[in-house]
Formats: sequence, structure tokens, C-alpha cells
Amino acid sequence: MTWLEGVTYGGQVTLIATESLTKRYGGGVTALADLTVGVEPVIIGLVGANGAGKTTLIKILLGLLAPTSGRVAVLGLDPAVEPEQVRARVGYMPEHDCLPPDLSAAEFVTHMGRMSGLPKTAARERASEALRHVGLYEERYRQIGGYSTGMKQRVKLAQALTHDPDLLLLDEPTNGLDPAGRDAMLTLIHRIGTEFGISVVVCSHLLGEVERICDWLVAIDGGRLLRADRVASMTTARDVLVVEVSEGTDELVTQLATLGLVATRDGHTLLVPLSTDDTYDLIIGAVADLDLPLHRLDQRRHRVAELFREEPADVH
Amino acid sequence: MSTEQSVIHDIGYQRYTGARLGRWYAVRSLYTHALRTCFGLGRSVKAKIFPWFVVGIVVIVAAVVTAVRSQIGEVVLTYPAFSDSVSFLLLLFCAAVAPELVSRDLRTGVLPLYFSRPLTRSDYALAKLAALITAVWLVLAAPLLLMFIGGAFNLDGLRPVWDEFLDFLPGLAYAAIYAVVFSTVSLLVASLASRRAVAAAVVVATFLVTTPVVGVLGIAGGDAQYLAFIASPFTLVQGIGVWAFEIESFDIGQYGPTYGLAAAFLAGICTLLLVARYRKVAQ
Repeated sequence: MTWLEGVTYGGQVTLIATESLTKRYGGGVTALADLTVGVEPVIIGLVGANGAGKTTLIKILLGLLAPTSGRVAVLGLDPAVEPEQVRARVGYMPEHDCLPPDLSAAEFVTHMGRMSGLPKTAARERASEALRHVGLYEERYRQIGGYSTGMKQRVKLAQALTHDPDLLLLDEPTNGLDPAGRDAMLTLIHRIGTEFGISVVVCSHLLGEVERICDWLVAIDGGRLLRADRVASMTTARDVLVVEVSEGTDELVTQLATLGLVATRDGHTLLVPLSTDDTYDLIIGAVADLDLPLHRLDQRRHRVAELFREEPADVH
Repeated sequence: MSTEQSVIHDIGYQRYTGARLGRWYAVRSLYTHALRTCFGLGRSVKAKIFPWFVVGIVVIVAAVVTAVRSQIGEVVLTYPAFSDSVSFLLLLFCAAVAPELVSRDLRTGVLPLYFSRPLTRSDYALAKLAALITAVWLVLAAPLLLMFIGGAFNLDGLRPVWDEFLDFLPGLAYAAIYAVVFSTVSLLVASLASRRAVAAAVVVATFLVTTPVVGVLGIAGGDAQYLAFIASPFTLVQGIGVWAFEIESFDIGQYGPTYGLAAAFLAGICTLLLVARYRKVAQ
């Protein structure tokens, strides 16, 4: 357990830490290769294409799979040694369908609460609470078979939440949802992380989706770590202004250069790094001086996707 | 109540500070839940029909046997022999209930939710098995108890009632052997199929296809005719009845203990295979 104490980040408790974690399945398929990563609360996005090893990693974190080699710690516990203790404190929402259609949501979530060790009465109360928090309070006595996909996803989240875990592992929670449903689910996950005090790992193959709500991002590809860092440190000082004028783009570049601003062309638009608050005014001044028709001037955060492209595999 | 409901107080999220009872509590809860499922309790009316149909018939048989006995004054069916006479109904009960216990969970994909909780894969399988064994035993024990109570009312004095009780106990033990053998076999078979109807059919088929084997081996002659009855779960248990519970049926020669060992082996191997099955499923 000593290595666990060594891997704290910024004085905080390490939520999940892995060291040279490798998982090979029979038949020579390597799902995880030499993965070393440490993350701290609260919301962690685990991104990677389908087959990148996200689900394998989750199963190892739950103690359901034994790693071929390497070590792993969840909430300071080793899931290979103390799977029962880890699983009692972790909630898991799988990717695929996992709900019995002929039970009501209240019955099902209550049963799952008892399976997590909650006494009968507490299980019933917590089930109602969990269903209320995911927005299914009114419908909780209806059979799950009659629910929409969005409601089913919420039941899956409620059963993971019912025993008040310290860590939630959500495998593709927005799967099969329409855009409005995705937004609602992401907002809910964000609330769980920020208001409920529960740490969350969100797995997704859609980076753009999870980067909005995550504090940390871990990107894996082919079982290898691409990058793991705070979202804040990935995006700060990287904000750019997007300028679009319908004509005279070249003149504007020259004009901005004399003002000390380095503008780079990106198709029809210009990208200007936002260094100080004055940058806005300088650009507007330059556009006005040249009397150019300004179409667009707005701030754009560097998409995290671009960061992964620019600096691939720098944390191997 | 309605006026109070019109105001929603968002009291926010409350952390749970109460007891967490852990793995063994979860296993016990799953056992109780599965036992209730066997009789359709907490389920729809449809789920109750079959189990209670079987329970109804065995109770009626027991009531008739008790009534006849009180009329003619002699035992028409001993307690162990009662189990033999309703063994086919036990098969139907297992075929209906075992898929309800395991095939549903396989089909709905709920297993990862169980396995991501403190209880283990083996805990899950064994809790379900224990529940089925208990349910099958109860299906036999209830009519046996009825027969005992009915019989005891027609007896004078404590001594005959005590003797009656001593006859009753082997009946319960024999019922337990039926429960263990039938439950282990049918739960293992059911756990291989995720569709309930298929699982039920395969359970029945498993018991029935072995019956002709008994017939074929039986005509072989020599010692084989004494051992032939091991081939089918029905006659395997009946062989134990012939050997240990003085039931008059087919001839097993001197091979009584072999039947006992064979039944223990069958139940043991089926339990091991069931646990092995749940090591692999839903990875």
C-alpha cells in the first residue's frame, strides 16, 4: 500500500491511480498496455475510441477483472485485494441495457440498494431519493418496460447512486440519447459531481461531450495513455479570438502585426491569441481603422480535441 | 396530503450515514428475494399461476391421502412414498421456476449490476440455488405436514403420535434429497439459456430423455439392471428411497449406497458447474 501514499497529486487524495497497468486477454488481445495514471476528484472524463480499453479499465477498477500486470488503486484500496470494500463504495452504470422490464423503478432500485448492503427501510428511502434526484420521482412506480430510453438511462444512474457511493463509474451514460437528453444527462452528472460530493468517472468516445463537465481528462487509445491532465491546465492561456472580416483579411493581419498581435489564418478566419483584456479593443480598433466589414469576433476556447492532436503521447 | 405535495422542497442531496451491512447481508437478501420469486411473491399474477398450481395439486393429493387414511384406517401412502408420487409435478415446478430465477437475469443483462456490488459471482449462483432448493423442499414439506397433522388427529395418545412423527421425519429428509437433486440439475440447465421458454423446455427435456436410457440399460441383464436406474434423476432419487426409506419399487440389488453416492456426485458436480458457469458469464 506504500506506493499509494506516494501517488498523491497536489496534496489531495488520489481517487484512482494505476501503475504500469496491463491487461491481456486470452488470444493475445492487449486491452491495456503499461497504463500509469493518477487522477483526483471530482469529475473525470475517460475518453477514447470504441475498443480503446475504457470498459476494461473500469472492470479492473471494480475488481471484476484481474490485471495481467501492474497495480491499481481506487479510493486508496486495491480492488484486486479488497474487491468487496471497493465495490461497496463505488457505483457502476454499465453501457448496455441492464434493466428488468417487468419491475417498477422503485422496486428495482430498492433491490439493488439492498444488494449494496443497505438495510430494508433505508434501501427503500434511498431508492426514492435517488430516483427523485435523477428526475423520475413521479414515474417511479411504473414498470421499467414502459420507459423511454432517456428514462431508462436515469434508472441506470439511480441504481448506481442509491447506496451513496464515493465514486461513480459511468460507462457511456449518454448512449442512445437525443441531444436534449444528452444535455440533461450531462447536467445531472455535473450536479452529482459538484453538489452531491460524489466523484465521477465518465467514459465516452465523444470528447466534445465530456470536456464541458469534467475537471480532469484522461485520454486512452489502444490501451495506452495519450494524455491525462486537468481540463483547466489544458485550456488556460490558450484562449483565442476568432476574427472574420469579409474582405481585407491580409491588411488586417499586417495592421495587427504592427500592434504586436500575431494573427494566424484559419480558412476565412483569423485566430488571435487572447493575451490581455486589451486584445479585444485592439482588434476592434484595427478593424475600424481599416474600415473593414466585421462579421465575427468571438472568443473560442481551444477545443481539448485540438490539444490531443497537437501534443500526442506526451505523457507516456 | 395533496395540498402538501403542491410545494416541492428541494432539500438537496443527503449523504447516507447509516449502516452498510456488506456481503453476507446482500447474499441473504438475494436468497430471500429469490425464494419469494419462486412463488411469484412481489411479482405479477401471471408469475404466481404456475407455482401455486403445483402447490395446489400436491396439497390436494395430500388431503385426499389423509382423508382416505382416516376413512379406511390404514396408511395408503407413506411419507417418503408421497414424494415419489408427485415427483413429476416437482419437475414441472423446477422447469417453471428455475428459468424465472436465472434466465431472466441473463436476458435482461442485470448481472453486471450484481457483480459490481459486494457479493461475488459464486455468491449469486449459490444464493439462487439455495432459494430453489428451499422452494422445492417447501412444496413437498407443506403437504407432508398436512398429512402428519391429519394423521396425528386420528391417533390416540402421545406414543402413537410420536411414532407418527418418527415416520414423518424421514419423509422430510427424503423431500430434501429430491429438492437438492432436482434443483441443482434444473438450475444448471436453466442457467445455460437466456430465454425462459427455452430454458423450461430444456429442463423438462433433460429429465425426460434420460428415462428411456433407464429402460435400455434395464434389459441388459446382470448387475447393469440394478444400476440402470442411476441414469435418470427420477429413478436415481427413487433408488435412494428403495435403499434408505423402505419404499417398495424396483429392485436395486445390493447397490443402495451406490445410488446415494451417485446422487451426491450429481448434485455436487452440478453445483460446481453452476459456479463455473457464473465465473464466465457476463464478463
